[in-house]
Amino acid sequence: MSVVDNQAAPWATVPPELQGEHGRELAIEMLRRMLRVRMFEEATIELFHAGELPAMVHLSIGQEAAIVGACLATGDSDYMTGNHRSHGHPIAKGAGMDRLMAELLGKATGICHGKGGSMHLADFSVGSLGESGIVGSAIPVATGAGLAARTLGEQRVCVCFFGDGAANEGVFHESLNLAAVWNLPVVYVCENNGYAVSVPAESLTSVPDIATRAVAYGIPGVAVDGQDVVAGYQAARTAVDRARRGDGPTLIEAKTYRFHEHAYGLRVKTAYRDAAEVAAWSDERDPVVLFERRLADWDLVDDAARRQVREETAAEVAAAVEFARTSPAPDPAEAYRDLYVTEEDAR
Amino acid sequence: MTTPQRERPRAEGGRAPGFLQAIRQAQYEEMHRDPTVILMGQDLRANVFGAAEGFLDEFGPERIRDLPLSEAASVGMAAGAAMAGLRPIVDLTVASFMFGAMDQFISQVAKSRYMYGGQARVPVVYRQALYYHGGTAAHHADRPYPMFMNVPGLKIILPSNGYDLKGLLKSAIRDDNPVLCFEDANLWGRRGRGGPEPEAEDHLVPIGSAAVRRSGTDVTIVGIGHGLVQSLEAATELEAEGISAEVVDPRTLVPMDWPTILESVRRTGRCVVVDPANRTCGAAGEIAAQLVEECFDALRGPVVRVTTDDVHVPFSPALERQIYPSKDKVVAAVRRALA
Repeated sequence: MSVVDNQAAPWATVPPELQGEHGRELAIEMLRRMLRVRMFEEATIELFHAGELPAMVHLSIGQEAAIVGACLATGDSDYMTGNHRSHGHPIAKGAGMDRLMAELLGKATGICHGKGGSMHLADFSVGSLGESGIVGSAIPVATGAGLAARTLGEQRVCVCFFGDGAANEGVFHESLNLAAVWNLPVVYVCENNGYAVSVPAESLTSVPDIATRAVAYGIPGVAVDGQDVVAGYQAARTAVDRARRGDGPTLIEAKTYRFHEHAYGLRVKTAYRDAAEVAAWSDERDPVVLFERRLADWDLVDDAARRQVREETAAEVAAAVEFARTSPAPDPAEAYRDLYVTEEDAR
Repeated sequence: MTTPQRERPRAEGGRAPGFLQAIRQAQYEEMHRDPTVILMGQDLRANVFGAAEGFLDEFGPERIRDLPLSEAASVGMAAGAAMAGLRPIVDLTVASFMFGAMDQFISQVAKSRYMYGGQARVPVVYRQALYYHGGTAAHHADRPYPMFMNVPGLKIILPSNGYDLKGLLKSAIRDDNPVLCFEDANLWGRRGRGGPEPEAEDHLVPIGSAAVRRSGTDVTIVGIGHGLVQSLEAATELEAEGISAEVVDPRTLVPMDWPTILESVRRTGRCVVVDPANRTCGAAGEIAAQLVEECFDALRGPVVRVTTDDVHVPFSPALERQIYPSKDKVVAAVRRALA
């Protein structure tokens, strides 16, 4: 697959967004949130092997830069939707990890009270309007959040995450067309990880760069290196600013790669990815490693400060696991709650 | 669930609105009442379907939106807008067009609140006409509400007169849950066409409340949509034979007003259900099953269904008419129930 390579030119020096004290704080936050996503998911692997996860999980390991870059370009009141591979999206949007982890273990304290699980996380308190286990199905929902923001005269935008597979769903076309004709404040972020489960994107998708489909809707389309958190941030920032100005949607394609199987624990008998390809991405294109190396090269965040972020994040994740493990299972009656808003909810 | 109500639609020549008038009034009043209500639909601004005259001028282009032929995105977008603070009404026009949006209805509209543990509120209304019995043939004449009765998380209203349509639609717009409003197009021309009803602004019919349209002692006829009209006609004919039929109008299919239906059937011991949907797994089947489970001891005969036959809707009038419920079929069903 083709990868837009931004490594060579622009990053010889600290990019403007990361300059100054505020810039350094942003850089640390980028690192922190990528590490949260990474370590949270590494913890789920351990829980899987310990037999504590009720179901398989779809991991974003390898795709953290695309997620964090776009989420950090939004504000707390902005909206976000995710997909089946979206533990990382609410985390990147600012959600606390305790209740997310508890949800993965199906506990009463889970963010969805144990009714959503891995593929349907949501944390409305940070604008995370939910993930869709059905591929592509949340794209219209995100578009609607943009419509609400516009109609209510709010300055909010919605970032809509989906994968290369979802870009072939009908609602992708319908939604981008609608967002374009109505100038809705939505940023569509396609994490192209190269494979729709087992099938290479190039054999299912009509164009090498999904971003070029933006032309069909008369909106900007941008392909970025999905392993570069700064590139993702910059592209999303431009798109978010544009949306907030009322100038309409943008389609961003982040070229990335999932380091693990489609679902962790899934055994696909036929090798559909070359082992050397997987190794090349994992070894040379790890977004966390790449960013840490840059932070060192730029003399922006030194070893001790980075170590501190790692240790703090590891402690947060350990606490989340502990919280989840020690939380009770939901009351069986929970299965019958939340079907409808009731008068009880209104009180 | 409310207590059983004995209500009649207002008499012909009174001020009961026709269907299109009821829709217009309900939407107009609620859009004035609540600035977060928006109306979206195909061919809306041009008022092709007749219920939105003057709306664009009154409420402006941000709140009155023509939709592209994108049913799936339209349905899901309305749900997302509802989750983010609006109360959208989506006019899908013809119920058969819902099929292009099934994933959105089921995966997003119906499930979001539940899946996310109650974090989401999805106050959205989808309106669609049951556009059958008029030569529209297989692609426009579906009556798909039973499919949606099988999906938890949705409320479903199906009024049989303009008075109820207005009151139920207003309740639906104020409801914090997704509501599907099915409008039986065979009732469009029936009643009203007079002036507006300014005094009726707070006329609300609660969702989940059936109405007993006619009291009787020998048999209960539950009539859905146009089936209610056929039930009343059959009851009149049966009265001449000395058969006293009680006629119940569910008005809401989800949540169904079981107490009212069960109370009536416990009294009469016999039941016929008239349902314009297809026979298999229809609303009639669900009502019959509930009756058998909940008041078997009171039944003195079989619960008989009068439904559309399990075929697609053919085009030719010579073929189409026979497949639907009719007054004569209801009368025959009552005789069978009483046999």
